[in-house]
Amino acid sequence: MERKLKHIGKSHTKFDAKERVSGKSVYGHDIDLPNMLHGSILRTAHPCAEIISIDTSKAEALDGVVCVITADDEIVDVNNISYKRDHPILKKGTVNCNRDEIAAVAAISKEIADKAIQLIDVKYKVKQGIYDPIEALKEDAPMINEFGQGEEKFGNKNIAESFHYEHGDLEEQKAKSKVIVKRTYKLPRVTHACMATSNITAEFNKLDGRLTLWSSTQVPFLYQRDIAHALKMDPSKIRVIQPTIGGGFGSKLDMHPFEPICVLLAKKSGKPVQIVFSREEEFILSPTRQPMTIELTTGCDAHGKFTFREVEIIKDNGAYTSWGATTPFVMMQSYSSLYQVAACKFDSHAVYTNNPFAGSFRGYGNPQATFSIESNIDLMAEELGMSQTEIRLINANYKGEVTGQGLHYKTCGAIPALKKVIETSDFENANSKTKGDRYKRGIGLASMLHVGGGAKIYRSDGCGTTLKLDHYGYLTIITGSNEIGQGSETVLAMIAMEELGLPEEKIRVINTDTDVKPWDVGVHASRTSFVAGNSLLGAIKLLKEKLSKKATELLDVVTDNWEYADGKMSFNEFEIKMDKVAREMHFGFPHELCTVNYFYEPPSKFQDKDFKGDVSGNYAFASQAIEVEVDTLTGKVEVLNTHVSQDVGRVLNPLGLQGQMEGGLATGIGYALTEEMIYENGVLKNPSFHGYKLLTTTDMPPVNFYPIETYDEAGPYGSKGAGEAPLIPTAAAIANAVSNAIGVRFYSLPITAEKVLRALHEKESMETIERR
Amino acid sequence: MKITFKINGESISKDIKPSLLLIDFIRDGLGLKGTKPGCLEGECGACTVIVDGLAINSCMYLAININGKEITTIEGLGTKENPLDKVQEKMVEHGAVQCGFCTPGMVMTTKAYSDKCIAEGIIPTQEEVKKSLEGNLCRCTGYAKIIEASEAVYKQER
Ligand code: FES
Ligand code: FES
Repeated sequence: MERKLKHIGKSHTKFDAKERVSGKSVYGHDIDLPNMLHGSILRTAHPCAEIISIDTSKAEALDGVVCVITADDEIVDVNNISYKRDHPILKKGTVNCNRDEIAAVAAISKEIADKAIQLIDVKYKVKQGIYDPIEALKEDAPMINEFGQGEEKFGNKNIAESFHYEHGDLEEQKAKSKVIVKRTYKLPRVTHACMATSNITAEFNKLDGRLTLWSSTQVPFLYQRDIAHALKMDPSKIRVIQPTIGGGFGSKLDMHPFEPICVLLAKKSGKPVQIVFSREEEFILSPTRQPMTIELTTGCDAHGKFTFREVEIIKDNGAYTSWGATTPFVMMQSYSSLYQVAACKFDSHAVYTNNPFAGSFRGYGNPQATFSIESNIDLMAEELGMSQTEIRLINANYKGEVTGQGLHYKTCGAIPALKKVIETSDFENANSKTKGDRYKRGIGLASMLHVGGGAKIYRSDGCGTTLKLDHYGYLTIITGSNEIGQGSETVLAMIAMEELGLPEEKIRVINTDTDVKPWDVGVHASRTSFVAGNSLLGAIKLLKEKLSKKATELLDVVTDNWEYADGKMSFNEFEIKMDKVAREMHFGFPHELCTVNYFYEPPSKFQDKDFKGDVSGNYAFASQAIEVEVDTLTGKVEVLNTHVSQDVGRVLNPLGLQGQMEGGLATGIGYALTEEMIYENGVLKNPSFHGYKLLTTTDMPPVNFYPIETYDEAGPYGSKGAGEAPLIPTAAAIANAVSNAIGVRFYSLPITAEKVLRALHEKESMETIERR
Repeated sequence: MKITFKINGESISKDIKPSLLLIDFIRDGLGLKGTKPGCLEGECGACTVIVDGLAINSCMYLAININGKEITTIEGLGTKENPLDKVQEKMVEHGAVQCGFCTPGMVMTTKAYSDKCIAEGIIPTQEEVKKSLEGNLCRCTGYAKIIEASEAVYKQER
């Protein structure tokens, strides 16, 4: 099935890289419309309070202020937003978390808008607030979100969303178990920290009621619908244009209040309005990864075969419910189907608190799940006296497996990936490396499972493509899919080069305007190359049929076997330039343009009400072996080396893929070691890059990446989605490595120097006591 | 207050408020939007420009301080014949760009450092290259390709 390819599988520089390196790309921050105003939003001063009064008169009187809005303004005729529609755009009556929007100002400059915000006088009656989901679940806790439906749906007023899943006979498997390990894991709140802060520019045309939005959304068509619902508009009157997006990683999957607020300001002022977050606002306001407590019980029999997994998860939902509440879709996959698991029971509850709400973040619950699963595996191996590699290999997923949840692994690189990193890291020997006094080295192993061919969580997981071959042989690809820096445009251009034999400079990709492009569900679930690639291949097939029909007529030859190269189509001694065929099609009979439309819907299925079913076109598998060194004097953990192997189906663009791996690893290492949003009673204490530590150049270890190619039929050229996987097992592998190095296991992230030191001291005093 | 300076090879005089930040002057006053506001707190390096040969964070620098100085922004790199500077070419070639928001800052930091190294006849080690970029944050790439690209600039100059 391997076909000889010219472009696919060869490194290709990013289609838009030249624009980027020369500062020519236009991000939301760079948009400057005539007469544009600048917006600023007043947020609550207290995470939990009653609003007694709002006085905007001083702000309105400030020179340069054009308008001020609050929830009481008549223009604020809106619906609640969010996944559960439990989130008012502008708050009145009560505020529930530190992000809550109370008023907004549009002014002739950002400076004035910010100043006006300070002049708004809000009187509050401060309330206690609940910042711990366990407290929120108690009988006597107040109802946190007045729109919540927890009581009717889940038996507790403060539950926002619950999931229950099971397969197999749990009791029977428990009885079979020789070793049972039960542990509780605590995962922190971390954030995307996109380098470009959130932004939006809105222009409302009173004459025809049309709205144009320059938005960094990852999901423009769902977003169009969400904005329409929020503002009681007709979706088709909303045009969403995506400027260059300075990082997404899931943060732009939900529509957030500042977006409809910007539209309201534009409507009221009659002028275009732009809102750009400061970095501090970005930290406070952009969504986070789900913080959660996971209680995981797992078992294996005397031979190390996994018997069951039982898991209870309490997620801190925050005050409102975003798409992030659906992360259990992904988490339950890992619990049920990462390695062979005979029985599984999964329960999760997302609980309202007065903390900020979590959202979606690259990996979508999977880094948390994988951290707990892989830690428990090491613990079981230890108790059983089995090696960490063997216990994983004997339980690994395999080709042809249909898991308890109904995922069907038509191809599966789990075992090859595991073997690869075990071999390249020399795992068994690295494991027993003699350890120095102050610096202790260790190695850890972890694997992951993720969707590789989209995920059917919306009614359609498809993507449309329109192709235009012009009179001069240039191809325009109009795709529903989005580019957020991940390199999908480049892959699409490569596919067109491959199939149509056109040079790169004759290909253009248009993908930023909902008025122009066909539908697509959006960037998430590592789906873009898979879905948009398949869609493009389908469109190219139609285009070729069209070209073939005309060319056979022009050259008076009967064949379907044209070769496409250098802008020409050829068959034996017959040859014709593609631009000529396109012109003849237009100017001669049948007088049509060389354009086609195609929509691709992946073969994946909706899961049934028990969450069973083959939800993705294919599945990605990966393993990582990570070497660390712990400085026992300072507690600092340094990552020395990483070995990463991933079943990507087939490598499309090695350069782009390697970049996804390195970037993913960096985020994964940050999650493991340095990143944490420190909240105290609902208030963020470290809203800056100074206090929230991203990795820098000097922290980054080498990334030795070994792709596994399994040629999955469902994906373009056999490929699978790859973007999220590299950060999923990283924290788990690092935690296992730290435990290997110093003999202390951490059940919470990040593993900071302070935590390590404290744990070492505790260990020491325990040992002293034992020695006495 | 009136200041006179040279930016991207062009001499300019302008009246500005003494409190104006260089980044705002460059982006809003001069319309050069290639310089990026990542934090405006001196923490991310996205706003890096070169003033008299030194890479500085333009969000931490008052515009009046460029009086009598020479500034290069991302728009000032490259020539008519070669629209991309070697640093930019290497960033493209090595796949150092994903979303690209950090990229102008990465390019300018590398440009200042490589010009200095070349002038002094130094070929920096990988550690030194990493150190030179430590003040520039990137959320997408994990830095590996940026470092590779940056090292390639020196290798070529040898
Ligand atoms: S914007 Fe100047 S350092 Fe971040
Ligand atoms: S490429 Fe996106 S922040 Fe560096």
